[in-house]
Amino acid sequence: MPLSAKKLKVGDTHREVVVDDLTRTQLVMYAGASGDYNPIHTDDLYTREVAGYPGVFAHGMLSMGLTGKMLTNYVGDGRLTKYGVRFTNQVWPGDTLTAKATVAAVRSENGEHFVDLTLETTNQDGKAVVTGTATARIDP
Amino acid sequence: MSDDIEFPVEATHIMMFARAVGDDNPIYRDAGYAAKTECGGIIAPPTFPRAVSQFDPEYAMRLKPGQKWFGSGKNPTGLDGPAPTSGGLHAEQHFEYHRQLRPGDMLTVTTTVGRTWEKESQRAGKLMFTERVQEYRDQKGELVITSRAIGVKTERPVKQS
Repeated sequence: MPLSAKKLKVGDTHREVVVDDLTRTQLVMYAGASGDYNPIHTDDLYTREVAGYPGVFAHGMLSMGLTGKMLTNYVGDGRLTKYGVRFTNQVWPGDTLTAKATVAAVRSENGEHFVDLTLETTNQDGKAVVTGTATARIDP
Repeated sequence: MSDDIEFPVEATHIMMFARAVGDDNPIYRDAGYAAKTECGGIIAPPTFPRAVSQFDPEYAMRLKPGQKWFGSGKNPTGLDGPAPTSGGLHAEQHFEYHRQLRPGDMLTVTTTVGRTWEKESQRAGKLMFTERVQEYRDQKGELVITSRAIGVKTERPVKQS
């Protein structure tokens, strides 16, 4: 259901657990679907011994995709006009991520209504892994 | 600057991409359901545009027949020297949607390399940032998506706090 400008106010939040105990298999699925086969996401031996990380970690774009699921569930399908993020910490197998959107502004422009959101996705330790902003077209 | 990429948007690819981000929304796979929604048909998830990598013939993160690969086989890496991408991470990603992508779209994607800059960091040493802007135009030549990605090369692996 698309959001309605009349019912929204600054500070409203929407929150979803977007992945519970992230699996290495999901990283393989993301590599296959996106085409990004960088071995740091699927190849533990390479990642430990050559790249110098404790093990494989998620594609930034997977964290953004998971956060995007919360976003489209909240604003409705086909309503996003802007979506941007910074990747602030790596995401590891076993992580549980909670994505949150907070209403920053409700406004109208040329007769159309929009909501501006700030976004933050955190892991099970409360550490932010993704921060960002989004704008969606909403109903009056 | 690099060559334009032709990116055909296909229903099966959208379904696989939605599965990969754990999104079970039927708008990404069920044409009958999607036809009855405001969207009027299947659309692509918001981060799908970056799957353009599948169609970039030069893409460095894809194993290519007959070429050495930097991932492990017999040895931890198949290369003698460092990987071409070593230390590379994605720092930021921004999309602007002028309309939603749909199966059947034939996109032409133009890439422009933008600014580069450096920063010192406690966790990973010297950071070298590069901005890359991609414009996605449809079969009618209309701009449908603008993507701005910031990549970072770290001097050393990011220290885990």
